[in-house]
Amino acid sequence: MSTRVTHQIALEPERYELRAAAPYHFDLDRRDFFKFLGAGIVVVSVLKPAIAAQESGGGRQRRGESLPQEIDAWLHLGANGKVTVYTGKVEVGQNIRTSLSQAVAEELHVPIERIELVMGDTQLTPFDMGTFGSRTTPTMNLQLRKVAAAAREALVELAAEQWQADRLQLRAADWKVTDPKTNRTANYAALLKGQQITRTIAADQPLIPATQWKVAGQSVPRVDGRDFVTGQHRYPSDQKLPGMLYGKVLRPAAFNATLVSADTKKAQQMGATVVQDGNFLGVAAPSSKAAEAAMGAIHAEWKSDPQISNKELTDYLRKNAIQGKDPSGDGDRFETGSIDQAMGSADHKLQATFTVQYIAHVPLEPRAALAKWDGDQLTVWTGTQRPFGVRGQLAEAFHIPPDQVRVLMPDTGSGYGGKHTGETAIEAARLARAAKRPVKVVWTREEEFTWAYFRPAGVMDVTSGVRNDGTITAWEFHNYNSGSAGIKPYYEIPNQRIIFHEVNSPLRQGSYRALAATANHFARESHMDELAHAVKMDSLEFRLKNLKNERLRAVFEAAAKQFGWGKSKSPGQGFGMGGGYEKLGNIATFAEVNVDSKSGDVKIVRVVSAFECGAIVNPDNLRNQVEGSNVQGLGGALFEAIEFQNGKILNDRLSQYRVPRFSDVPALETVLVDRKDIPSVGAGECPMVGLAPAIANAIFDATGARLRALPLIPNGLKT
Amino acid sequence: MATIHLSINDKSYAVDTDPQTNLLAVLREDLDLTGSKYGCGEGQCGACTVLIDGKAQRSCITRVGSVVGRKVTTIEGLVKGDRLHPVQQAFLDESAMQCAYCTSGMIMSAVALLQQNLLPSEKEIVDFMEGNVCRCGTYPRIIRAIQRAAKEQAPAVAKGVER
Repeated sequence: MSTRVTHQIALEPERYELRAAAPYHFDLDRRDFFKFLGAGIVVVSVLKPAIAAQESGGGRQRRGESLPQEIDAWLHLGANGKVTVYTGKVEVGQNIRTSLSQAVAEELHVPIERIELVMGDTQLTPFDMGTFGSRTTPTMNLQLRKVAAAAREALVELAAEQWQADRLQLRAADWKVTDPKTNRTANYAALLKGQQITRTIAADQPLIPATQWKVAGQSVPRVDGRDFVTGQHRYPSDQKLPGMLYGKVLRPAAFNATLVSADTKKAQQMGATVVQDGNFLGVAAPSSKAAEAAMGAIHAEWKSDPQISNKELTDYLRKNAIQGKDPSGDGDRFETGSIDQAMGSADHKLQATFTVQYIAHVPLEPRAALAKWDGDQLTVWTGTQRPFGVRGQLAEAFHIPPDQVRVLMPDTGSGYGGKHTGETAIEAARLARAAKRPVKVVWTREEEFTWAYFRPAGVMDVTSGVRNDGTITAWEFHNYNSGSAGIKPYYEIPNQRIIFHEVNSPLRQGSYRALAATANHFARESHMDELAHAVKMDSLEFRLKNLKNERLRAVFEAAAKQFGWGKSKSPGQGFGMGGGYEKLGNIATFAEVNVDSKSGDVKIVRVVSAFECGAIVNPDNLRNQVEGSNVQGLGGALFEAIEFQNGKILNDRLSQYRVPRFSDVPALETVLVDRKDIPSVGAGECPMVGLAPAIANAIFDATGARLRALPLIPNGLKT
Repeated sequence: MATIHLSINDKSYAVDTDPQTNLLAVLREDLDLTGSKYGCGEGQCGACTVLIDGKAQRSCITRVGSVVGRKVTTIEGLVKGDRLHPVQQAFLDESAMQCAYCTSGMIMSAVALLQQNLLPSEKEIVDFMEGNVCRCGTYPRIIRAIQRAAKEQAPAVAKGVER
């Protein structure tokens, strides 16, 4: 038996950009499931309206009737008054457990305390591609509102039948249906009378407009906050089973190394379970200390070839491009107008190169999994943004059908796009199978830094042309390796050539919060200031001259007002801006820096963000996300970079890899633009993309030094 | 292996372990007190912070043998009956968390700070908390939570009232 573990260095495509259709499937025999649920109302959300209409026949279904396969969420309202919602989305700190509960409470008219969300359990929840791409709010929030609205409608219909009343005259509120004419009232449980009712919803289920929201749109406190401040919540790394062993995996000496030989006798004599299977070498023992000792007793020889270091990275990425990929998916490039003609007639022609480094997600909870086998049935508790994806990886690794694998995702200690893969799940399951006992694997910080995957490094070349009056006429943009998210300009430019060049990355790379939009916005928004400088125009005026998109203009103007753009500055002070459109949201970020001319120390003094993501679901949580994006973004903007050489990570500890801390945080001000007329979209990623260019532009404003590489100032400013 | 006698959250425990084992592993594996978290294993992130005789210490780099005869308090020991510690309540009131994996350690550090400094300035909070990492970036909220807890608990402490 061979396991597919972490030792191969494969190109991890940015999963957001995978274009394959989602293979929807279901594990449970739903008939049994609904029996298990007992009396109450079950409402399922069906993906395709055509199927919904066909299956539901536009009315109530009879008990026991089969249900469609293409379900993406469902809700059960029990006779005991409990509402249980099933979704494949997972909680990694975005606080969607609360915001999705708000959506259900709003439409179903139940107190939020009655709602429980079952999330990311491959046996109980419908299939979900994963929690990424800021999709939870625009898709799942909407689906759950529809599901809850359909449940409410079913209850109103029940009351109308029972009371022989006109259903249009009845009102649902606060867990009850009331007939205002007769003052007759009954709570939801009483209306059910022990029946089991099944409903599907259509895509055009009418919903309460955002202007009339009472629960949604409010800063509802986190639904399970008490469990977290008391230490009672069990994260994946806190999971435990009777008789459980602790697993450790012996890592190769370098990336791409192959195992030549291993002496495991001593480890076995120590009583540990030892597994050597291809390149996989692991141990399991009754305590983590015993497992570490057993692993330390193994003598292994690895063979590896010389590999490049971060110092040669920029050249490497340029020279190893595979092809130019089109960001829109229609060919290998995006082109409009004539770049060559436009460049020929431009008053000013600019050329600049920008770079970004590999950075690490550093989720404070490292990867963790607990696995147990019952015969051929495998159950794994793990922290992942893709429980169904990890189920597939496990099925593949162990040559078993996916329906023999159950993956459960306890609310996890963050991901930021870094937990799309199931390394620890596979490792724990492999060890558990050998030990015939449950095994838990929790990665050390060094393992997380080395054997997870990185935010891609990249090189971006910009060539541009502008007229004296500030009109941008030409924009040529090449991105090597970092990705195509956010690569297209939102400015009105008649002649464009935009190419994403895929590269065989020297390090394992994958999704990271906001993907390549951070790199592409850094290059574009920095270059916008270079162009403004060339034509001697104010940065804001120059942007607005070339920008038609009203929503983006609105956030630039709102942030400028809050920031006080145009005010005078003192020596060492610098102001800058950056912004854009990403994941359906609009952000503008303004930064104030202070540069000590003697020491070169740069202090980020103040950051003002204006953000608009449609109708706001939870204002306080939204602020929290915008603030968090800026704070996390400071790391990648200012000092985070992975150093590597010969297949080894050189800064694989928190004492060597600097992340933002309390003293790094500037004054943060957030302006929320609430557009109740626009559907709500996600907020976890977009707010990050304006920060790096805003700081770079502010440093230029303070010193005249144009920094075109992220991180900007890993060692302060050397002019 | 030796039998180690520990006082944790005002309870006595006897654990058979190597005295060199780090306290965090004993708390989590032997005593099932999983509120203290592993984040780095080198005392750099503060997720494992506990109080030892009232002082904030990183349990991941503390040998269990070194805390014999001393009072250890973990996040599980802060609640009195149903009542949250003022710092716990302030973290809820300020929504000072996202994934909340750092929260136990943040709260324990904050409790230690407020025991030695009733009304710390923002700079004093930043200096004291610098060793605690919140990767989600909720630092400004954590500062506000500590300030709120200080305001709420200071008058009671000043009057010598047991909270």
